[in-house]
Amino acid sequence: MFGRMSKSYDVVVVGGGPAGLAAALGALESGISRVLIVEREPEAGGILRQCIHSGFGLHHFKEELTGPEYAERFITKVIDRDIDVVPQSYVTGLAVDSEGTRLVRVLSERGGLSTIECRSVVLAMGCRERTRGAVRIPGSRPSGICTAGLAQKLVNLDGYLPGERAVILGSGDIGLIMARRLTLEGCKVEGVFELMPYSNGLTRNVVQCLSDFDIPLHLSTTVAMIHGRDRLEAVTVAPVDEAGQPILEKGWDVPCDTLLLSIGLIPENELSLNLGIELDVVTGGPVVTSTMATSLPGVFACGNVLHVHDLVDFVTEEALRAGRFAGEYARHIRRPQDTISLVPGQNVRYCLPHTLSPDRTHTIYLRTKKKLQPCLLKVGDLLERKLRFVVPAEMIHLTIKPELLERFYEDRLQIDLIPLTE
Amino acid sequence: MFDVAIIGGGVVGCAVARELSRYHLRTVLIERYAEVGFGTTKTNSGIIHAGQQTAPGTLKGLLEVRGNAMFDELQRELGFGFRRCGELVVASSEEEIATLHRMKSDGEAKGVRGLVMWDREKLKREEPNLSSHLVAALFAPTAGVINPYEFAFALVKCAEQNGVELRVGSPVTSIAKGPDGFVIEAGAETLKAHFVLNAAGVHADQVAAMVGAADFSIHPRRGEEYLLDKRLEGIVQRLIFPVPTPASKGILIIPTFDGTIMVGPTAQDQEDRFDVPTTFEGSEAVFSSVRRICPAIDPRATIAEFAGLRAVSNTGDFIIGQSAVPGFFNVAGIQSPGLTASPAIATHVVDLLGRSGLSLVERADFNPEVAPPFRFAQQSNDARQALIATDPLFGKLVCRCELVTEAEVNQAIDHGACTLDGVKFRTRAGMGRCQGGFCTTRVMQILADRLKVPFHEVTKRGGDSWIVRPMPAPGPAPDDQTEEG
Repeated sequence: MFGRMSKSYDVVVVGGGPAGLAAALGALESGISRVLIVEREPEAGGILRQCIHSGFGLHHFKEELTGPEYAERFITKVIDRDIDVVPQSYVTGLAVDSEGTRLVRVLSERGGLSTIECRSVVLAMGCRERTRGAVRIPGSRPSGICTAGLAQKLVNLDGYLPGERAVILGSGDIGLIMARRLTLEGCKVEGVFELMPYSNGLTRNVVQCLSDFDIPLHLSTTVAMIHGRDRLEAVTVAPVDEAGQPILEKGWDVPCDTLLLSIGLIPENELSLNLGIELDVVTGGPVVTSTMATSLPGVFACGNVLHVHDLVDFVTEEALRAGRFAGEYARHIRRPQDTISLVPGQNVRYCLPHTLSPDRTHTIYLRTKKKLQPCLLKVGDLLERKLRFVVPAEMIHLTIKPELLERFYEDRLQIDLIPLTE
Repeated sequence: MFDVAIIGGGVVGCAVARELSRYHLRTVLIERYAEVGFGTTKTNSGIIHAGQQTAPGTLKGLLEVRGNAMFDELQRELGFGFRRCGELVVASSEEEIATLHRMKSDGEAKGVRGLVMWDREKLKREEPNLSSHLVAALFAPTAGVINPYEFAFALVKCAEQNGVELRVGSPVTSIAKGPDGFVIEAGAETLKAHFVLNAAGVHADQVAAMVGAADFSIHPRRGEEYLLDKRLEGIVQRLIFPVPTPASKGILIIPTFDGTIMVGPTAQDQEDRFDVPTTFEGSEAVFSSVRRICPAIDPRATIAEFAGLRAVSNTGDFIIGQSAVPGFFNVAGIQSPGLTASPAIATHVVDLLGRSGLSLVERADFNPEVAPPFRFAQQSNDARQALIATDPLFGKLVCRCELVTEAEVNQAIDHGACTLDGVKFRTRAGMGRCQGGFCTTRVMQILADRLKVPFHEVTKRGGDSWIVRPMPAPGPAPDDQTEEG
């Protein structure tokens, strides 16, 4: 029930975005009944609420939905199945008592500070956007510089424009989507500038959001200086050398009143850090086993808090799984400990989960370090698959069946992406 | 008619305003920007210096040591963020050790207490993250860190509660001396005062020139600071200084009161009195310098960068006193250690005013204290529960990185914040690692509701720093177009 919060649950889910909603439903599938979602916004749905464009659900529902539509399907199920959702509430801490009960501390306007008992917890806090400070863009500090996601919220949820003439730094998906969105709302988008020699967004977004609207994409180019006293007046953009440093002599000024930053996402793991959960330095998210369990017993993680996804469909898939294992844990079911460590090899930036168990089917997610076309995906000596085209912006997923692992007695399984010549 | 008009609501102007509010006087504090402390003050490094670094025999050296000693009582009365963490000047060579010894004896001659030389082992034990190349350090236990903007806000709040009038968003455009005092054009207003105190910071020579009292010049010196993520908290316990050069105290590692690490400032002379850019060169200079002292400081941990201007005078010292124009006092050239000296500057200036004929009759009802703002994040869980019981808006989180609640934002607005930056510097909402990505629209909405202005009129820091535009009204419906066509 929306707005209800009892004293005790089987599973508490931190975050009511796509990961949290699916994790709660997954937990029910495992045979438990008492699940709470703690959501900081007034409504569930997370970032999908402001993603009013279509393109969601192609994998999971085999149809194209808008963000709010995709979220609505899960919210309806969550309410139908009597999962509690408490909005405008924050989890500020977590402790374990001597009986092994998890005590979740929740802060909310209505209930003040309360302590909720549960058997297991799913972390689904999502991610946040990198800001200007993270890339240290020199220049003044006028108003008119904001992350693409904040601009999206202003336009789509609040009904305001972030400005009239915009430059977008970074070609992440939100930046590309916002280039189109601002153009549709009558803003002039001067261009998208990307430090890397390739786009950091999905190919379909480059085509549908930039090419179709004649918005230029400048690769290997960055914003090198910010100008303006009170409000942004212009930015200096410049091509970068091989080390990624701007070549100022080749730079030029672009007058604008708005600079949107779409320069990457960071899993929101402040709570995890406070709890002492081990994090992966590459993903920025928790280290997890094949049951999506973190290093803190009874605490599971999924979605963008674990690693940044490009498609919500995979968030859903991963979260359903994490929810099921969290539900099992609440029922005192324990899976055998993982015996195989999954490690990234050649050209692999990261792969998840960090460990595997030979008794189950595993879904593995990985990202390449660079664009390769074509290449050979190699999982130890167990599996080989030829891939036509891989880029860092598009996550690779594969399934490993237990048959493959049946006679695998080593403790280390390496994944490589080996370039092939056409 | 005011007895005293103070031009400039930086930390110096605010400190003088509070000092004057002890007496039966009509005082007005005039600030150019939307809020006090929005100039040099808010970009200050936030250090209360011990005093061993300033040359003996200077006015600033005298007021620095005197000012330092005043901060414990001020902190008790005004409740701003301040902690005496101590400072270390670290040496990497025998020549530098000689400089430390000289600083120590200079400091002791000025009355700086507790100065101790540390050898390499002691340094390694106390600050294990510093470079092993360092051979010695001079420890000054009385140095501390402060949130300079909180200090300015608290001073002005205290001054206001004791009757001082405040004008913000009021740049002074002319000052004329008439038969019965000064006539000041400030913003849209004309103000009259018997005495004028020029505490206009980097603009002080221009303000002095308005009455023909400019026998000095100000040369802005820009300093860049880089604020690092809280996860570096504890990497140093104390302020860490390299051995200073004549131009500056060098690039420091500052464990701020709020638990972040700040590194900077640079020192770059410039003509412009407003432009405060950070630069690629500045960033390189800061990080290459601090990494020689503390190699684990990672530029990638930067969450924000900013720059400010020091008001360097041509005399090299503070310029405090009556100008050639009777009744017009300069409090100018207040660069480092100006923040440390500010309370001593205030008492010194009031003393000078008294000697020049200002009647100083103490008010029996002067209240030196202001209630510090509630900081939800710093409370125990029991205290938090009690706060929520008094106001449920303490349970409504606005800024998740710094755990700032709606009740605190409301309080900040009631205490004078009228911009996004004003709320940020009073509550820390938007200062954390997401830099306002989450709370910006929430704070804007609260400002709009509380100040009863439209959402799109909320600014970052006043002037033309608008944040959003309203959506254009929808165009004519297709039917209308057909009719026109």
